[in-house]
Amino acid sequence: MGPFPRSKNMEKFGQRKDAVDIVFQRTMLVFPLLVLLIVGGIFVQLLLSSWISIKEFGPAFLVTSTWDPVAEKFGALPFIFGTIVSSLVALLLAVPIGLGTAIYLAEYAPQWPRRIISSLVDLLAAIPSVIYGLWGIFVLVPVMRSHVQPFLGKYLGFLPFFQGPAYGIGMFSASVILAIMIIPFIISISREVILAVPHVYKEAAYAMGATRWEAICTIILSYGKAGILGGIILAMGRAIGETMAVTMAIGNNVKISASLFSPAYTLASVIANEFAEATSKLYLASLTHIGLVLFLVSIVVNILAWLLLWRINERQKIFQGR
Amino acid sequence: MNGRKSFKDDEFSFDMNTMTGISSAWSETKIKERVLTQFNQTRARRNIINATAVYGLSFCAILVLFCLFNIIFHLLVQGFSSLNRDFFLQLPKPVGEPGGGTANAIVGTLILLIVAVLVGVPIGLGAGIYLSEYAHQRFAQAVRFTTDVMNGIPSIVFGIFAWTILVVPFKSFSALSGGIALGIMMIPMITRTTEGFVRMVPVPLREAGLAIGTPKWRVIKDIVVPSSLGGIVTGIMVSLARVAGETAPLLFTAFGNHFWHSSLLAPIAALPLQIFSYAISPFEDWHRQAWAGALVLILIVFVINLCSSYFVGRQRRMFSSHK
Amino acid sequence: MNLNDQTIGNDILPGDIRPHINTELQNGKPLFVSHRKPLEESLENPIPQIMVKELNFYYGRQKALSKVSLGIPAKKATALIGPSGCGKSTLLRTFSRMNDLIANARIEGTVTIDGRNIYDRDTDVVELRRRVGMVFQKSTPFPKSIYDNVAYGLRIVGIRDKKTLDQIVEKSLRQAVLWEEVKDNLGKSALALSGGQQQRLCIARALAVGPEILLMDEPCSALDPNATARIEELIFELKDDYTVVIVTHNMQQAVRVSDFTAFLYLGELIEFGSTQKIFTVPKDRRTEAYLTGKFG
Repeated sequence: MGPFPRSKNMEKFGQRKDAVDIVFQRTMLVFPLLVLLIVGGIFVQLLLSSWISIKEFGPAFLVTSTWDPVAEKFGALPFIFGTIVSSLVALLLAVPIGLGTAIYLAEYAPQWPRRIISSLVDLLAAIPSVIYGLWGIFVLVPVMRSHVQPFLGKYLGFLPFFQGPAYGIGMFSASVILAIMIIPFIISISREVILAVPHVYKEAAYAMGATRWEAICTIILSYGKAGILGGIILAMGRAIGETMAVTMAIGNNVKISASLFSPAYTLASVIANEFAEATSKLYLASLTHIGLVLFLVSIVVNILAWLLLWRINERQKIFQGR
Repeated sequence: MNGRKSFKDDEFSFDMNTMTGISSAWSETKIKERVLTQFNQTRARRNIINATAVYGLSFCAILVLFCLFNIIFHLLVQGFSSLNRDFFLQLPKPVGEPGGGTANAIVGTLILLIVAVLVGVPIGLGAGIYLSEYAHQRFAQAVRFTTDVMNGIPSIVFGIFAWTILVVPFKSFSALSGGIALGIMMIPMITRTTEGFVRMVPVPLREAGLAIGTPKWRVIKDIVVPSSLGGIVTGIMVSLARVAGETAPLLFTAFGNHFWHSSLLAPIAALPLQIFSYAISPFEDWHRQAWAGALVLILIVFVINLCSSYFVGRQRRMFSSHK
Repeated sequence: MNLNDQTIGNDILPGDIRPHINTELQNGKPLFVSHRKPLEESLENPIPQIMVKELNFYYGRQKALSKVSLGIPAKKATALIGPSGCGKSTLLRTFSRMNDLIANARIEGTVTIDGRNIYDRDTDVVELRRRVGMVFQKSTPFPKSIYDNVAYGLRIVGIRDKKTLDQIVEKSLRQAVLWEEVKDNLGKSALALSGGQQQRLCIARALAVGPEILLMDEPCSALDPNATARIEELIFELKDDYTVVIVTHNMQQAVRVSDFTAFLYLGELIEFGSTQKIFTVPKDRRTEAYLTGKFG
């Protein structure tokens, strides 16, 4: 119910009195229904458009690694692999840095840099994806090619992930850009979670003789772990769906390779690259099929995050209720 | 407790007769000794960890800032050196010819945003108001959940959706489909911010309206919405800034155009699309244009964001005056 | 001199012990002198463990404490009373430097514990807080099991040995008179305990790291009368082993649990002395007015 004060009598009284109210309410109902309709519509349209691909390839679509538009053989495995690996590497880079920055901002930074850094982080979040891609191609990739990748190859080259020629463009560069893009997201959610931890609990930890770092590790992380995890999952959702910057930096090569240096492809970037040029019906349907996979994955990820964040809200109610 | 000593003194002596009917095997003295020994053993290490943590955490923050400044620096340097009058006034030159501009793309972006606002604002606003003022708990929760999920759907999926409902039936890429894709993307954010700000309107204010016999719909129209207008506009602005830079949903809806668009049902150029196609092209001069375009795009985004923070400030002042 | 004969206000320290204490620093190092007179201890000549001298405290520009001086005796319960906003919580928190966490807070003067000024530059705050335990107004159980809550302070100093932990946890819970109620459910979440149990858990947690002083900031204000009575009994027992300082709003509580009482008003220490004296023959008119309910 809305925040209007109401009693049963008043409601009846109000409804009988003003017919316009009922009409207005019914009309307004159209809008939330439209929201539901759009999301439902997206699902139905994706399903219909990819139907011939679903019928042709079935569930094997997800585990087939051939992607051959000429022979009309389509399988999404290389893209699923590329999406999972690039998102995971991005999270691996972004989570410690983002969490560290959030803790710094919430617990250590003095008042004035705190405000400045926070608004700068918001700025980072506002930069459009295509600009990250541009920066990736012309600034990051050359540095990767000439410095970072040779360095990693030299010292960590015994691992299969860091072997092979340093193209610059490839999975690793794409992951780094993705990491930079999701960092502001992780920072803002974790910072909120950390600031929501009631001050008395931090004080209690200090009063026990905990150092600052111990208080942060034990109290904040134990109170905030669900929220931070929710934020990380949301950030992962972003990384999975991110299109332009990845398309520009990942090299767009349909190949599954253990090396992070080699070019790869993701679900979103194959759609971005090939959709407008796809000619045959099955080709288009297969690309839409990939879109459907992306849609379903993003929904699952969001439901997970939503459940986690919802749980925190419930728990906070318990704390505040005392 | 005889002979209390300094905090940093390792030898404590304790009063022994403090066992007061406690049957535990360990005496208080033994516990104190045990804790103290351990404390002294680990204190140096704990202090080092504590001090190192500060450096580690500030390093994270510096790293993030470094990335930001690096991006901004390159945008400014490369962008300004490539910006000129032609960029704003001329059409793109054919492949290989230097010079030219992106006048059509700048106009195209504005047109796409207008279409997006026309689609996204009414639906988002209406849904937000309904959720706050009328919806029953379950229904409101369902819609809220849907908008949250919608917020997380990859932008390219909206592009496919717009393509299936507008490009396929009309058999042509079009400005309309691109604008609608962007408009749909604006809905979740507008809905949530509108609901949030409308809900914040103080109950006494509504009661004042109802008390003089105003019907509820007029209270909403005349009191609730106007007094949360600043916040609502902020939500619209923020979502607009977000879709202004979107490229993926335009790839196969607006499609891009090297010339002026002929109608809303024809392909249209857009700044982000132009940046994308220039950036991945092999021509030096187009790379230059891509940086200039990126600078203009980010300025547009920042200006919209700045406006939004102006409105949110106004809204804050409004509510603080009510309390 | 006898404590009963005098009101210990600003500048005046509890009678007999003054000559036995040296709070000055020599070459930056504290000089320690035994506080104890060879005679038997009694209420009349207590040993001050916490010495506060000319303490001023500011929150930004606002002065919260003004020229407070008093000596809090060892192994006794001392109550800080006064109307809201009189600075009693602030004073309590200065004893374990909890005010360090507040931005803009500033302190002048000295607080000396066992002869050492805790506001010295080289004070190890972490060690100080281990020796000076604190229990808050609102119970603050961490979202962990009962066992892990009590073991918290032990684990952070690096005690991992299960047997040692078990011993200390049991002992602390027994001291806090909670053991019998929770011994079968040590793995249960601390949040599932009742308010009074949570507060006793917090006391057990504070006791586990072996403090010598226990600060309590209105520990019963959020509890029902039953739970309050149990905590009060507990405080009464604890003061045999610990120096207890308790801030309270409830004057009956001060009478029930404390040996000494300090009355603060508008940031100043008005009167300090044995609880019995303060409540029966207050020296200051303001104290009397407060105790008889004229304000507060």
